[in-house]
Amino acid sequence: MMSFLEIVLRVAGWLVLAPLLPGIINKVKAWVAGRRGPPVLQLYYDLGRLWQKGVVLSTLASPGFIAGPAVTWVAIFGAAMLLPLGPAGAALSFRGDVLLLIYLLALARFCTTWAALETGSAFEGMGAAREVSYAVLSEAALITAVLTLSVHTGSVTLATMLEPAAGAGAALLGAGLFCVLLAENCRVPFDDPNTHLELTMIHEAMILDHSGPPLAAILHGAAMKLLFFALLLIEAVVPVGTLSPFAAAATLAASVLAVTVAVGLVESLLARLAFRRVPLLLTTAFLLCLFALLVAWKGGAA
Amino acid sequence: MNAASSFALLANATSLPWADVPEWPVADFVRATAAELDRGGRLCAWFGVPEGDATRLVAVVAFDTDNTLAVGRSAPATSSYPSLTVTHPQAHLFEREVWEQHGLTPKGHPWLKPVRSSAGTAPAMGEFFRVDGREVHEVAVGPVHAGIIEPGHFRFQCAGEEVLHLEIALGYQHRGVEAALAGGPHRATMSQMETVSGDTTIAHATAYAMALEALAGTEAPLRAQWLRAVALELERLANHVGDLGALANDVAFLPTASACGKIRGDFLNLTALLCGNRFGRGLVRPGGCRFDLDPERSAQLLARLQTALTDSEQAATWLFDAASVRARFENTGTVTPQQAAALGLVGPAARSCGLVRDVRYDHPAGWYRFAQAPLAVWPDGDVYARTRVRWLEIQRSGKFLLEQLAAAPEGEIRDATLAQPAPDTIAVALTEGWRGEVCHVGLTDGAGCFRRYKITDPSFHNWVGLALALRNQAISDFPICNKSFNLSYCGFDL
Repeated sequence: MMSFLEIVLRVAGWLVLAPLLPGIINKVKAWVAGRRGPPVLQLYYDLGRLWQKGVVLSTLASPGFIAGPAVTWVAIFGAAMLLPLGPAGAALSFRGDVLLLIYLLALARFCTTWAALETGSAFEGMGAAREVSYAVLSEAALITAVLTLSVHTGSVTLATMLEPAAGAGAALLGAGLFCVLLAENCRVPFDDPNTHLELTMIHEAMILDHSGPPLAAILHGAAMKLLFFALLLIEAVVPVGTLSPFAAAATLAASVLAVTVAVGLVESLLARLAFRRVPLLLTTAFLLCLFALLVAWKGGAA
Repeated sequence: MNAASSFALLANATSLPWADVPEWPVADFVRATAAELDRGGRLCAWFGVPEGDATRLVAVVAFDTDNTLAVGRSAPATSSYPSLTVTHPQAHLFEREVWEQHGLTPKGHPWLKPVRSSAGTAPAMGEFFRVDGREVHEVAVGPVHAGIIEPGHFRFQCAGEEVLHLEIALGYQHRGVEAALAGGPHRATMSQMETVSGDTTIAHATAYAMALEALAGTEAPLRAQWLRAVALELERLANHVGDLGALANDVAFLPTASACGKIRGDFLNLTALLCGNRFGRGLVRPGGCRFDLDPERSAQLLARLQTALTDSEQAATWLFDAASVRARFENTGTVTPQQAAALGLVGPAARSCGLVRDVRYDHPAGWYRFAQAPLAVWPDGDVYARTRVRWLEIQRSGKFLLEQLAAAPEGEIRDATLAQPAPDTIAVALTEGWRGEVCHVGLTDGAGCFRRYKITDPSFHNWVGLALALRNQAISDFPICNKSFNLSYCGFDL
């Protein structure tokens, strides 16, 4: 069982480090474009500012409008607690915890769309419709990826599954999960986190009416989700669990930075896809994970 | 065809005694206009001139292949007349405007509703075209937008992500420009002309100056005409480059988006070098220009222009070389040549449908009689074509400027003794602004003051083109379709 101190450190790490990632992405984008860009800590300032603000509430929205972002944040935080961090393990680990993880992510999505639909706005309805449509495909890819790890290790416990990485199919799995990371975190080429155009938004359209602390919770939750997917991707590809604690920590930090910079570069150099082409790329991600599964099933774990 | 033309003919930037404009009873006038349009004419302007309690209709038709304009008018009419729109859709908005301004009802008009204001109050929202069905939903955007742009209302009828119909309601920026011009020219008239549409300052100011010079029976000194052409092309460069950047931004393609914002500023600064204002305000005046380009600044202009053009080349190369951008632009928001011709689209929006139509080429006036840039035409009618035409025009306007700066005419820049406008005369002046044809028609009364001054911004022709481009498109592609037209709200609202 973990010490109290370790739990506190882990929680603090997730809460404090997560908002760093969007800042790094924006810095990379600014750097590629030859701009100075916002400070790396901009999201922290934004969160602080939003936390002090009041909330504008629609008279028509039910309590779900506020509950949605809260439950979403808790669900993502719960998923983060289930994710083992190399040799340090997870805050909570049990047989079958991977199923809970998948369902927590689905719950987070459900609550975001629920809160969006509460506003009754055409924009948010469109955003919610797009979100759940593309989720069908990205969840399929994610579940296949998890299944690959499960078959590879013969386990349904995350700590065991992520310890040795995906073996022979790691490259396939890594590419598939990177696509899932971009789609799940509303990055280019699936969505444009910087756009002001309501008609083209997915995730941003769903949170147009949120303000103050609920918006802060949404933004912080999104940052944690990005960190979560970056870590999941790394641990599926790199056998971090087999390293010494110090080497594992260094590897994780360096890899998260590498993934974040990669996201920034993708956003700098690629235009967004038309919505009708999004399923094609997500299906490709699913197929990549599926082939990784085949490798794990037939070729990998003997 | 001219032998058969029953309208009075005149060239761009010239005038005609009002009495020489042929007149018909209103129903015959509509038929005569229809006949002119059938002969290959294009409706540049259609407006009412109040006469007592009645209203005369005036039509200005352009014959692009013959490089000539034609004017006709109706006898004073009250209450109603048979609609021209039924046979010639390009008149649809003009007839709505006349109905709004003068209460003259076009009988049989398929969609008669106000253009800008409703009984002098708020902009006309009125009834929107609706599509019924369980799967159909309505999306309303604006007039307040998320970006820093002008106000306008867009009403989409959608089946899922697909747009079945888009209706655009404008008028939020109606300032009463035409009403303010009546009885002029006043002291404020020139400034009002420069702000008809702020990003088209030079084109509108030049059209107004040419109209006033035509009414006075003269023209500006050659060097002033040259300066106006230089300023007009700089205006085109700045706006087209800005549009390339905006299009890139809307598909989240950052390299071009970031670069073009800066390069647009470089071009605007060149206009500032010319006259001290980035949008060219204060440069063009009736009778000439207020600022000359001395050799030193001319050399500086040339050097900075070359740098900006090189930078544009780089930014455009990134844009057109990116497969992900092409995938977004191609086959998006297509307008067919037939639609474009029927609606009377102008400018890059028309040229990107393969229509060869450019005032600088078809109706040259001022310096364009002596020097021209080749026309930029692209056949496909989609967002890619509109982007491509802009890039071609950047290259050609740039080359034109480099040539012109190397061989400037000498002489005065302003005719200080510009005569008063002739009484009872109509003058027509067209310029090719960066959005397309800017049409100014000035009609004087017995004292040589404006009895009616009609402005047609290219946006007036083109907004409905955007609505058609959206048919059966994904609603998420609206922003890039909109940017590919990049029309003026205030130029429409007047």
